Amino acid sequence: MSVTNTENKPAPSPVEMIKVKVDGREIEVPKMMPDWQGKLQPTTMLQACNSVGIDVPHYCYHPKLPVVGNCRMCIMEFGTPVIGPDRKPVLNTDGTPKIARSVLPYEPSTPRGAIACATPVSPGMEIYPNSPATKQMRESVLESLLINHPLDCPICDQAGECKLQEYALEYGKSTSRFAETKVHKPKQVDLGPRIVLDNERCVLCTRCIRFTKDIIGDDVLGITHRGGHNTIATFPGTPFDNNYTLNTVDICPVGALTSKDFRFQMRVWFLKEAKSICASCATGCNIVVGSRENKVLRYEPRENEAVNSYWMCDSGRLNYKWINREDRITRLGGSRLKGETAWSSVLSDIVGVLSKAASGSVAIVASARQTNEELFLLKKLAVKYGAITDSVPRSDKGDAILLSTDRNPNSTGATLIGIAAAPMGSNLPKIAEGIRVGQIKTMVVFGEDLTQHGIGSDLLGKLETLIVSDILRNQTTALAHYLLPGCAHVEKRGSFVNVKGRVQRFTQAIDSKGNSRPEWEFLSEWVSLLGAPPCGVGVVANIESLFNQMAQETPGFAGLTWAQIGDAGMIAQVHS
Amino acid sequence: MPAFINGFKITIRHFFSKRVTMQYPEEKWTVPEGYRGAPYLVKDTENRVKCVSCQLCEFVCPPKAIRITPPGPEGLPGVGNVEKGPKEFEIDMLRCIFCGFCQEVCPEEAIFLMKTYSLNGQSRKEMVFNKEKLLALGGVHQDKIMKWKNK
Ligand code: SF4
Ligand code: SF4
Ligand code: SF4
Ligand code: SF4
Ligand code: FES
Repeated sequence: MSVTNTENKPAPSPVEMIKVKVDGREIEVPKMMPDWQGKLQPTTMLQACNSVGIDVPHYCYHPKLPVVGNCRMCIMEFGTPVIGPDRKPVLNTDGTPKIARSVLPYEPSTPRGAIACATPVSPGMEIYPNSPATKQMRESVLESLLINHPLDCPICDQAGECKLQEYALEYGKSTSRFAETKVHKPKQVDLGPRIVLDNERCVLCTRCIRFTKDIIGDDVLGITHRGGHNTIATFPGTPFDNNYTLNTVDICPVGALTSKDFRFQMRVWFLKEAKSICASCATGCNIVVGSRENKVLRYEPRENEAVNSYWMCDSGRLNYKWINREDRITRLGGSRLKGETAWSSVLSDIVGVLSKAASGSVAIVASARQTNEELFLLKKLAVKYGAITDSVPRSDKGDAILLSTDRNPNSTGATLIGIAAAPMGSNLPKIAEGIRVGQIKTMVVFGEDLTQHGIGSDLLGKLETLIVSDILRNQTTALAHYLLPGCAHVEKRGSFVNVKGRVQRFTQAIDSKGNSRPEWEFLSEWVSLLGAPPCGVGVVANIESLFNQMAQETPGFAGLTWAQIGDAGMIAQVHS
Repeated sequence: MPAFINGFKITIRHFFSKRVTMQYPEEKWTVPEGYRGAPYLVKDTENRVKCVSCQLCEFVCPPKAIRITPPGPEGLPGVGNVEKGPKEFEIDMLRCIFCGFCQEVCPEEAIFLMKTYSLNGQSRKEMVFNKEKLLALGGVHQDKIMKWKNK
């Protein structure tokens, strides 16, 4: 096997702990913690609070962006131990160290806050995330952020997942004390091909600017004008157009940056969310699929430090529209089918036809877009029928950020299971030749249009039996004798192995369409029709037991179970 | 016998007293102020649809009588500077229980429970009122608030 595990393992670091008090609770935190780049930096008050599960309201702070400390929302009251002239801590009468609360130097009765995102903790420090002074400071910061904010919530796509709304509920007032006229700024600004900007909603946290500059290296966003007129803008003549722009929509804490694609499609509280994997390349970014009434409406990245951090690329994010297409294959078809037929009779017909096929006369091409479980079952068929197998390689330009050159989501899985030839695609010419000389008479094709990959309609027309499963119609499905409608990955459960050898599972987001069924479901029925051994799957009724069976029988997956993989995935044994 | 006479007295009294029943449906009841009848959509005094398709009423409606189709990225044609409005707005009057939650939750004062209390139709489909019908029935809301006037 040529695949190697290239995923980085974090080096174990020596941990020096310091004691601080958060909300009256004594805790130990590491002296240094990783910053946005993973470099060790002094632990901040925000990190200390988060480590004990205390949320700190914030706009500009993001764990994966440089800290700038400009929104002031994370402001907090704190105290430090008093040090006497002898450099020893001064003690209270009861023996506890004396703490001096932070106050304004020229006005000692007024508490002075510090921004939690950028203030390091020191030994003995006390942090007061819920003190009256902290609350009052937060309320004031929020009030000032809301001074010029428009009353746009009813038409704002962010409503429902807006940090301004959330904190306004917690720390805001129901009325505004601002009697002056609000500053008006440009609205509905076309920032780039996929992004709309509403400057009135912007809280000037600069997350978008830092993201595109520091994460993507496309430094095109900035702030123009002064004071209350501050405006986010692109450099003149430079549209905001890289393959990662839509991530700014996710990290924009308010509704200033919104997606043109998702614009006014649906209020977010109607979305049903399902954990899934992007299937547009071999990186396998973790995503959340948002749908309503069986219509996919958006993909959003899901955090996974081992794969995609908080990000995903625009091309993967927008590659979902085909799932909602009206012309999907939704019923059983093919030229050998007479009238209305049920799945069970078609499957037994197929098993009957194939039982007569001589060993060596069958070829199976299974897409590397199919799940591991499906490929495993197809491999069983291949063993049973003595078939030659392969997958279709698919590559395009990648980048150094996330997008992989391998555009199949499961090439590694296809290789591990042994469906794909080594190298992938090298059996395709042999299969073409086999059909030409009349040796291969039966083909099973899953999810590929072979006419685009060197096996033309003329060759496919020569086959005695062509069994095809696909989602959308193409020239191969048009020639099928038996056409089995399959499912998009968001319509079923399963797992992929990404380019770094990480096994990742995905859940079902929407129902399958019409008469179509998840491929693993009908494949396991097909396999069980062949009798238990050598297939052994028998009555596999669910994806868990199918995966576990595969893990037992396939060396690459040794020791893994469906439950173990979890939401973050696990590394497969990809070394040969 | 005395019981019969007493009973007959009551009958006679009612026969000549003021009538409390009404010849419905020829005769109709005067609906009091504040009555909660069927919910309709309204326009502002400059003929703009007030609803911005925020879908809060759809969310709050207990029997799920409301169904809104948001405008999508293309927006709506011919609405001037109105940034967002409903592409379609349907209320299933057979489901509606006249609870008034939609009116209460609406941030734009775009939907009101009016005085209609008796709605009839020949089919279930006919009882699903669409945007056009709801706006025609709702008419114009007479107040000064004009969200889009100076945008
Ligand atoms: S950004 Fe948030 S608070 Fe502002 S209009 Fe949008 S939803 Fe409302
Ligand atoms: S557009 Fe959003 S992310 Fe960018 S500065 Fe404004 S609020 Fe922050
Ligand atoms: S009145 Fe109540 S039941 Fe009728 S549409 Fe409004 S919220 Fe729904
Ligand atoms: S009627 Fe009111 S609550 Fe309902 S969608 Fe329109 S604006 Fe929103
Ligand atoms: S999060 Fe913005 S200043 Fe700390």
